[in-house]
Amino acid sequence: MSRINDLFARKNKRVLNVYCTAGYPQLDSTIEVTASLKAAGADLIELGMPYSDPLADGPVIQASGTIALQNGMTITKLFEQLKDFRNQISLPVILMGYVNPLIQYGFENFCAKAAEVGIDGLIIPDIPMYEFEKEYKAIMEKHGLDFIFLVTPETSEERIRKLDSLSSGFLYAVSSSSLTGSDKDFSPVESYLQRLQEMKLKNPVLVGFGIKDKSTFDIACKYTNGAIIGSAYIKAIEGGEDIEQKTKEFIGQVVN
Amino acid sequence: MSYHITRKTEDQSSGVEYAITKGKYAPDENGYYGRFGGAYIPEMLHRNVEELRTKYLDIIYDPSFQKEYQQLLQDYVGRPTPLYFAQRLSKQYGAQLFLKREDLCHTGAHKVNNTVGQILLAQRLGKKRIIAETGAGQHGVATATVCALKGIECIVYMGEKDIQRQAPNVARMKMLGAKVIPAISGSKTLKDATNEAIRDWMAHPNDTHYIIGSVVGPHPYPDMVARFQSVISKEIRWQLKEKTGSELPQKVIACVGGGSNAAGAFYHFLDETSVELIAVEAAGEGVNSGKSAATTQLGRDGILHGSRSLVMQTEDGQVVEPHSISAGLDYPGIGPMHAHLYDSGRAKFLCVTDEDALKASFEVAKLEGIIPALETGHAFSALRQLELKETDNIVICLSGRGDKDLATYMKVMEQNAEL
Repeated sequence: MSRINDLFARKNKRVLNVYCTAGYPQLDSTIEVTASLKAAGADLIELGMPYSDPLADGPVIQASGTIALQNGMTITKLFEQLKDFRNQISLPVILMGYVNPLIQYGFENFCAKAAEVGIDGLIIPDIPMYEFEKEYKAIMEKHGLDFIFLVTPETSEERIRKLDSLSSGFLYAVSSSSLTGSDKDFSPVESYLQRLQEMKLKNPVLVGFGIKDKSTFDIACKYTNGAIIGSAYIKAIEGGEDIEQKTKEFIGQVVN
Repeated sequence: MSYHITRKTEDQSSGVEYAITKGKYAPDENGYYGRFGGAYIPEMLHRNVEELRTKYLDIIYDPSFQKEYQQLLQDYVGRPTPLYFAQRLSKQYGAQLFLKREDLCHTGAHKVNNTVGQILLAQRLGKKRIIAETGAGQHGVATATVCALKGIECIVYMGEKDIQRQAPNVARMKMLGAKVIPAISGSKTLKDATNEAIRDWMAHPNDTHYIIGSVVGPHPYPDMVARFQSVISKEIRWQLKEKTGSELPQKVIACVGGGSNAAGAFYHFLDETSVELIAVEAAGEGVNSGKSAATTQLGRDGILHGSRSLVMQTEDGQVVEPHSISAGLDYPGIGPMHAHLYDSGRAKFLCVTDEDALKASFEVAKLEGIIPALETGHAFSALRQLELKETDNIVICLSGRGDKDLATYMKVMEQNAEL
């Protein structure tokens, strides 16, 4: 059983996935952030691989990516940092990034290396369903990596079912048609989440985009298995001092 | 004049554009030109792109669309644009040079052929809001223009750096009623403006149409924009026949940034193998200077703005900031159709430095009384790199006029009295 499946087998309510850009705030923050998140009570960790043109991210995450790139973060560097992380962290960890840097690294090499260091799954928003089936699915399966698709309030029921069938680990429900880190009113999202709940999908569902505090986390958890927080956490550890303490405070106010 | 009108009626019913989709260089149903193209988009864009993909051909070839589009091209854009035999330039280069005068289009460049088509498409899709990206501002102006024409809200994303560099075009867009929003992310130029426009589109999945300005982006944009620009080569064929007795020139030359004017100028010659297609990229300060925009020379396979193409990037796959003196060629990618034309050898790709493009612009101004855009200066300069025969008929796509580049030209004249 994969680490992600194992997590949801143990806990299928209020699962908290926290996103942080690798190499942010400092180049070598990656492990410190990961360990702090684990200590603070996160269930799943999503590490972002910074990219020059991150279409599906909002301004806060893009800015953290710019800083990480300036810090010198690369995929090669990230794998070096993650080389021994499984000695201290047992939580499922997924990588999120854009397809272009992965192609340059060599997609198959990338998957092999990710699996080797102990990564559990991938979120690559600019690999759409058609390309996934044609070119990428077999490679990810070969290396035992889960692949998580996104669905949005605009996605048709038929398409949601197809994306669910192709996903493994969990399904990422984008809370609105907006971008990560937005401050929009959350209430209209509820009917969409309810719709997802009623569809009885194969995969657990985690809600992302716009989850920033206890109240938004609670709403998401009412209908789904949990949620993903990104921008709000990036802001919380800005500057890079006392990451452990800041992470503890931030996660504490979300889950308690 | 009567000849033109007769000709037009014939073209409207001939279905020329549909025919070309079966050609060797046309994209497949998933938008692939060889290994380039496709639609690498996040799920948040799926609805918008899918709506376009399933409807664009039916809308474009609906007779009521064609009637309105052709009418606007004629009465508003000023088409057909002349195919002008450039006598003095021909003598200078020892060949028969014909200039396709896209600089005489309303707003000063070929960009408007596409925006007129896309605004009519947006109306038929029931969209109430238009967004666009722009680098130097030409596509932004062409979009703001058609939005004013149709009374539709217009938002143009433009890199913060470009807003500072291109003040007159920013003023034009504002005067035309558009809202110009600075892109402050990343390198604050065209590629970032494109990112911001795409994000806006994700946030507005129902009421907004995104008018992309070049043959880039996810399928169906490269094909759709190429079709709207294909009027350029359609006219070249009958105009050349009128002037020389043959529809087919020996060479067609066009500059390439993303590649929309080249796509239009090549379109109806793609399957005519006797016609040599020559695409001219910006070498900037030199291909190997580190300040260049010659994507086919410096790029590798990659994915940018939703399609697989050649992309200028670091070893780690981060997209780099290109350089060209001409803002319209300053793009780190190239349309997937052009990547395929390069890869398959169907088109020949040359590149021209900032300095040589400037020289060519001044030469055309002095010899023909036409001040070309800096982009087009690159196309003219390519003449120096070609072996030409006296009897060759050569068409150069004069994609835009040089008014927008006057500040650059003035600086050159101050520094170099000889030019």
